[in-house]
Amino acid sequence: MATYSTNEFKPGLKVILDGDPCVILENEFVKPGKGQAFNRVKFRNLKTGRVLERTFKSGETIEAADVMEVEMQYLYNDGEFWHFMDPNTFEQVAADAKAVGEAAKWLKEQAMCTITLWNGEPIAVTPPNFVELEVVETDPGVRGDTSGGGSKPAKLETGAVVKVPLFVQTGEVIKVDTRTGEYVSRVGK
Amino acid sequence: MLARIRRFFARRGVLEVDTPLLGATVNPDPYVEFFTVPDGGRRHYLQTSPELAMKRLLAAGSGPIYQIGKAFRRGEAGRLHQPEFTLLEWYRPGFTLDRLMDEVAALLQVLLGERVAGVTTFTYGEAFREFVGLPWDAPLTALRSKAAALGIPDAERLCGDEQRHWLDLLFSVAVQPRLPASKLVFVRDYPACMAALARCRPDDPEVAERFEVFVDGVELGNGYRELTDVEEQRRRFQHDLRLRCRLGRVVPPLDRAFLAALEAGMPECSGVAIGLDRVLMLKLGCHRLSDVLTFPLQESS
Repeated sequence: MATYSTNEFKPGLKVILDGDPCVILENEFVKPGKGQAFNRVKFRNLKTGRVLERTFKSGETIEAADVMEVEMQYLYNDGEFWHFMDPNTFEQVAADAKAVGEAAKWLKEQAMCTITLWNGEPIAVTPPNFVELEVVETDPGVRGDTSGGGSKPAKLETGAVVKVPLFVQTGEVIKVDTRTGEYVSRVGK
Repeated sequence: MLARIRRFFARRGVLEVDTPLLGATVNPDPYVEFFTVPDGGRRHYLQTSPELAMKRLLAAGSGPIYQIGKAFRRGEAGRLHQPEFTLLEWYRPGFTLDRLMDEVAALLQVLLGERVAGVTTFTYGEAFREFVGLPWDAPLTALRSKAAALGIPDAERLCGDEQRHWLDLLFSVAVQPRLPASKLVFVRDYPACMAALARCRPDDPEVAERFEVFVDGVELGNGYRELTDVEEQRRRFQHDLRLRCRLGRVVPPLDRAFLAALEAGMPECSGVAIGLDRVLMLKLGCHRLSDVLTFPLQESS
């Protein structure tokens, strides 16, 4: 079992805390004058996405986590699992709803996603930063009004609902920033 | 910066000295790790501070002395720590701690210039009460609750039943970051349990004659009215060596040469050590020690 000592801590290090894989976000070494040193560390739990803070005595060790991030292509979902393939090795993994999380509403076939694997199992799926999706349902709004201001909800081919400007019509393809869930622009044909 | 320091001391008649970095033993402080250097069948030690060597010079009649030199501490790396760093350390025979603090303030104001606007002083008790909201001698249960209320995780695991660990933790987390900004802040009159090599006040043995100086929460220096009682010093060394052993740390030989010098007689004096890299870092507006070091060994993240 590989371990890391506090003096190896740095952002990006993958470790196990209370049984969950976590990544170090920040590591602060604190040494009171003539006192024992400690490390104040912020982690993100890679399974739950939550940020937590822990303090360690300088020199303590924690378990290393076998966590990797791989770029994989979304294939399809069978109602229970979302299937991804590594385009280089053709290996496939199946991610459950918990691992896919919010990414589900942005996934279109062939989208390249970042899959976080822990001991080879997918625990998190990050969609591409930008996706281009077709609007399948939205109110007509005001045709030709490109002056901005005012928005309406639009349902996209993946099921996601995004606020769009009034001039966007059903059938058009729009670009969305998946990190904010916001409309970016129309995609011209 | 170094030229300014030398001019400062030349004007005040303080002699620059140079003591070895490689020694036959090292300060046994249980919370400072040192590098050992194997040499055939023998072991040498890189100095964690010039203190013991400089005190031997004082005992030999050197008069007031200062040293600018490297110190080495194993396992210390972070935004404000590097295993190799530069200390300015000086000793003033016949100075009270107050007089030394004035001198420290004068020097730091020369070096930091407009970076600091004036000096503020707190006693440890005042700072603790103001920024932690408790007296420093509050019962452990109160300190525990306070740490929990401040959201410090794992405090119990870190501190156990040691009051000084709780004080250090709360001071680092709650006091240091809240000290007045852009000022030279002195904290003085430390609790006796945190005395290190300082003597305790003859009129109040609960108080150690120790101070620290901070700028924007960064500790720049640590000063003491030095312990001159050889028996008390021997006791503290033995306590430290036993603690090192219990904690499973390397136990260096007892520094008999130092104890002999102390027995021969070291004048009453006050001394202080300042981290010069941190002073430079603050002066230049940098945020990490590695930003002001040439080719730092540990790249801090």
